[in-house]
This record gives sequence, structure tokens and C-alpha cells, in this order.
Amino acid sequence: MTAPLIRIEHLTRQFQSGGGFLSRPRSMLAVRDVSLGIARGEAVGVVGESGCGKSTLARLVLRLIEPTSGRVSFDGTDLATLSATALRRMRRRMAMVFQDPYSSLDPRHTLTQVLAEPFQVQRQPLPPGTIAALLAEVGLPEGLADSHPQQLSGGQRQRVGIARALALRPDFLVLDEPTASLDVSIQAQIIALLADLRGRLGLTCLFISHDLGLVRYFCDRIVVMYLGAVVEVLPDPAAAPRHPYTHALMDARFAPDPAQRKRLAPLSGEIPSPFALPAGCAFAARCPHATDLCRRESPRLSDDPAHPVACFHPL
Amino acid sequence: MTALLDLASVSVSIGSAPLLDSISLRVDRGQIVGLVGESGSGKSLTAMAAMGLLPLIGGRVTGGNVRFDGQDMALMTDTQRRVLRGRRIGFVTQNPMTALDPVQRIGEQVDVVSRLHLGLPQAAARVRTLDLLTQLRIPDAASVAEAWPHQLSGGMKQRIVIAMALAGEPDLIIADEPTTALDVTVQAQIIQILGALVRDRGLALLLITHDMGVVAQVCDRVAVLYAGRLAEEGPVSDIFAAPAHPYTSALIGCIPQDGMAQGSLRGIPGAVPSALAMPPGCRFHPRCERASDLCRTVVPAPESCGQGTVACHHAGVIA
Ligand SMILES: Nc1ncnc2c1ncn2[C@@H]1O[C@H](COP(=O)(O)OP(=O)(O)OP(=O)(O)O)[C@@H](O)[C@H]1O
Ligand code: SF4
Ligand code: SF4
Ligand SMILES: [Mg+2]
Repeated sequence: MTAPLIRIEHLTRQFQSGGGFLSRPRSMLAVRDVSLGIARGEAVGVVGESGCGKSTLARLVLRLIEPTSGRVSFDGTDLATLSATALRRMRRRMAMVFQDPYSSLDPRHTLTQVLAEPFQVQRQPLPPGTIAALLAEVGLPEGLADSHPQQLSGGQRQRVGIARALALRPDFLVLDEPTASLDVSIQAQIIALLADLRGRLGLTCLFISHDLGLVRYFCDRIVVMYLGAVVEVLPDPAAAPRHPYTHALMDARFAPDPAQRKRLAPLSGEIPSPFALPAGCAFAARCPHATDLCRRESPRLSDDPAHPVACFHPL
Repeated sequence: MTALLDLASVSVSIGSAPLLDSISLRVDRGQIVGLVGESGSGKSLTAMAAMGLLPLIGGRVTGGNVRFDGQDMALMTDTQRRVLRGRRIGFVTQNPMTALDPVQRIGEQVDVVSRLHLGLPQAAARVRTLDLLTQLRIPDAASVAEAWPHQLSGGMKQRIVIAMALAGEPDLIIADEPTTALDVTVQAQIIQILGALVRDRGLALLLITHDMGVVAQVCDRVAVLYAGRLAEEGPVSDIFAAPAHPYTSALIGCIPQDGMAQGSLRGIPGAVPSALAMPPGCRFHPRCERASDLCRTVVPAPESCGQGTVACHHAGVIA
């Protein structure tokens, strides 16, 4: 087997909050001991609900923030060992598409300036014809080159975000909820574009979303996170869930077919505060299969390389 | 039978911008009607028109009329409309925080609805509140009633807003994207609880959503809006089995489904037009794969189709 392009090992990130006058700072683990390899050309999805640590994981992987512990290697090199210059050079090979095409593009810049910026940051010459080629690649007319982001629709802006990410021909693309702020018709356009680009450019992708349906459509393998930790890795998009939380996520999707109406098994309890995680399994308060063991001890992600799951009573 | 809520060819403008063009929609007692469309299609505006709240946002009805239980809302006094809204129409907004008073305990906020609209004394109002919270599957209702809004999760807060909408024993509930701000697992449960409560009590529900999955799951009928006009309306079972309007079928096709092959998701080309630059003829024509010259010049009139209505020159024809 070839070495993975990205190797994530025991990655953990702690955040402090509060700690003002009269209050003690509280700390929480936004990402807890996450390990994962991503093979060249593979698209790995990360799903989970708001606050489960998806974006923090993305930023750690690109080393936009520092881990509290653990490490990330890119093509065999531990990113922590790189000097600032070497890290910048390595960044040519990785790029990110953000959720919000509104705040991630500078409104004072024209699209030409937006797309030329990655070359400036990397101190690389801008080959002639690049801007037009990038616009065409994401399906935007060349005539928009002198427009500003606020003159574009949400879907067009996200296309610009994708063109900017692709400007330096990265090997690895992180997509953090790239369609969450778009209407379904535009979301489907953008996903179709990304799937096409991924195939043509042979990109390796980390695709983050709270929408399991999208992730199953786009990805080869799916990581499910709950409160900072990986609870299951689905080996392929059609795999049946083994973790009760993944099962609940799948159950919560309503197919656009009135013949498939269902009665959901209700999840009773509340999501615990990340600042006060209970002992034992973090999902126990909401899990229909929880036992005393679950409330006492914390399940570890199984070593089963085919289908890892962190549950004492997998389905 | 008179419809509970009946919008007949309602047009709405804000300032000089015509935003809704001749929308017809009815909701009968005991019925759950979904109102779908992309952002900017006029879903919330239709809800505001149905509640007589357009003046709040500087809008007005420029054509057609809105009737509630046979009464023309335009002929009511402000007071009559206000009483109607609290007593007979319950409203659930997208963001529960805007509907809750941050400095009043949860229980008191629900109590006040039945005190005001049903004239219940405080003790009876509280019994009713606790009963409602329990029906909404809120664990430990008595202590939740003593809590402040900020102590509750988003999903819990939205259930409280639903309890407030139900507390006045309304005939109709209008819910505008009631779960959009919530996590997926919580969304699914709230939709299910809301649907079940409405059915058990024989109430009517107008459910505004952009999610075709939610419509298929709980609604009896669905109205599809596009750029301020009604594209198609009819029974959910018919429309999902065989959408007659190209926009409806394209919307359903935008949802990634299990087992869908890579490359089969295409989306709808282009974007919703702005209110200030509506295309002539059928407003969907720049994005429609069935568009003909007729579509580019002549507005398609709504025509009946099975048990529903569709506004398209080439309805039902597979391109
Ligand atoms: N800079 C920060 N300082 C303190 N806490 C933070 C910081 N960034 C994230 N967190 C906390 O870490 C947890 C994980 O956040 P993260 O943004 O990674 O979640 P997410 O899964 O991306 O959520 P969403 O779906 O809402 O985007 C949250 O509880 C969040 O409040
Ligand atoms: S470990 Fe126990 S509580 Fe946790 S998910 Fe598995 S069965 Fe449920
Ligand atoms: S009227 Fe024409 S353009 Fe409009 S939806 Fe029908 S076929 Fe398409
Ligand atoms: Mg995030």
C-alpha cells in the first residue's frame, strides 16, 4: 500500500473560554485524539452536528492553527518540523474552500486581484492567461474578471472561492461546508462542479459537512464526529452504520418521497456541554442502547481497519 | 366548504417592487400544506400576507384577497386582525430567540398566551403549559418552566415557541422554516412532533420550508413558488410521483439521494432572478430545459391538473 498523502496522528486541540473577572477560565477539547490517513486521490468526508469540531479539524490539518498535541504529516513531512518559509512553500500544495463566500472574499478586490493573490503570497509569477483559464474552469464568464465579489450571486462567489483555491494547482483541497449558505439548486451545481474538478485534477479532498446525504454523494470514506471525537469511519458511502449516533444521523434524513414516510425513534436527552463532558460515552445521554458500562467507561475507536467504530454495543 | 385560509390571486408589493404575483393558496382544516421555493421566491412574504402583517415590513396587498374562515382580512379592523393572529393563528418563526423574551421565565411566557387568549386563570394556565411541554416531549417540564431562555438549547427553545403557538388553541399554525437553525437530528424530531400534534388536534398547518424531504415526510399538499409566482400546487403524493412543472422536478432532483451515481447531481443552471429584473414570459425560462419561444414571451396561466394546479406551457411533457 502506498503511504497516505495526509497522515493525522492523535490530533487534539484544546480551547479556553471565559476567564474574565470573577470567572474561572473553562477549557474544552474541540478535537479529541483524532487519527486518520487520507490516500492520494481519495475524498474523505467529515460529518457531525454543529460544534463537533469539524472546522477545527480542518484548520488543524492545514496548520492554520496549532494542535495542543498530536501531529499532521503531508506527503511524509511532519508539518510541525517545517520552518515558516518551508511551511509557506508546502502550502502551495494545499488549499481551502470556506463555507461563507461572502466573508472569505475581499470586497475591494476585483476577481482578477482575488485570483492573482495566491501567486503573490507564494511569490510566483502569474502565467499569462491564468485568470481567464481559472474563471472558465469554474464556469464563470471571462467578462466578470473586473467585477467585485459583491456584484456576484452567492453561487458565483463560491465558484470564485473554488477558482482561488485551485489557482496554484494544489494536491489537497479542504472544503469546509462549501455549500451550506446556498440554495439547493445552487448547492447541487457547486457539488457537480467540485466532483468534476476532483476527477479531472486528481484532487485529494477533505469534505466537511453537516449533511450526510451530500457527504455520501461526494466522498469515498466518511468520518463521523461527535463532540470532538471520531465515533465511526464508514469505509464506503453505502456502508450500514454501526454507531448509534451515525444511525440517528441517517434516520434524520427525510427522502423526497412520500411513500417512504417514517416514524423516528426519538433521541431523548440533550447534547452535553463540551465544557463538562460526562464520564463514559459522550453519546450515552441520547443513546437508546446505553448501558451502565457506557455511562462509566469511554469506548475507544476499534482497531478494526475495515470499519472502525467507538461503541460498546455496535449495531 | 369554506377554506380556513384562502389566498385568492394575491399580489403584494413593497414600495414599487412587485414581489408576489397572483398567488392562490388554500389551507383546509386538518390539513398540512407545505410552501416551498428557493430563497427570494416569496415564501415568507406569503406568510406575512396570510397573517395581515405586511404593513410591518412596508408591504401591501395590491390585488386579490386573503380570507380567514370566510372573512376578508382587508375588511377587518387592526384590532380584529390582532385578535385573530393571537387567538386563531399561531406563528412559529425561524429563529426561536426572536420569539422569546430573554428576561422572562419560560413557563410565564407560555402561560400568558392562554391567559390572554383563553381567559384562563394563572393556575389553570400553568397546568396547560406543563401539559403542552410534556406533549412536546420536553423532559422534566416543571423545571424547564422555571428556566430562563438562555439556559435551553436551540431545539428546546424552538419547542417552547411551538408550545406558545399552540397555547391559544389556534385553528391554524403558520411555521416559517421552523427548524432551519437547528441540528439535523433535532430538526427531524421537531418536524415529526409538530406534524403529530397538528394531526392529533385536527389543526391546520402552513409549513414553509426549502426542504423537499420535509414536505414529503409530513405534508398533505404542497405549493411550489418561483420568483414570486406559483409554479405548481397539489397533493404531495401526486407531485412527488409525477411533478408536472419543470421547476418542481428540478428541485426534487437537487437532493442527493442514497445510491445516486456520481455525476448524476446537476443542479439547476443559473440563479433566481432579482425582483427588479424579472425575465418576461415565464420567469423560469432562462433556467428551464423545456423553454420554448412561447415561454420567453407569454406568462403561463395557472391551469388545473389532476387534483392540483400548474402554471407551465409545457407541463408534464418530458423534455
Ligand atoms: N477559537 C476558539 N476559541 C474557543 N473555542 C473555540 C474556538 N474555535 C472553536 N471553538 C469551539 O470548539 C468547538 C468545535 O468548533 P468547530 O467550529 O470546530 O465546530 P464545527 O463542527 O465546525 O461546527 P459547525 O457545524 O457549527 O461549523 C465548539 O464548541 C466551538 O465553540
Ligand atoms: S457506547 Fe453505549 S452509549 Fe455510546 S453509542 Fe455505544 S451503545 Fe450508545
Ligand atoms: S412555461 Fe416554459 S419555461 Fe416556464 S417552466 Fe414551463 S416549459 Fe419551462
Ligand atoms: Mg464549522
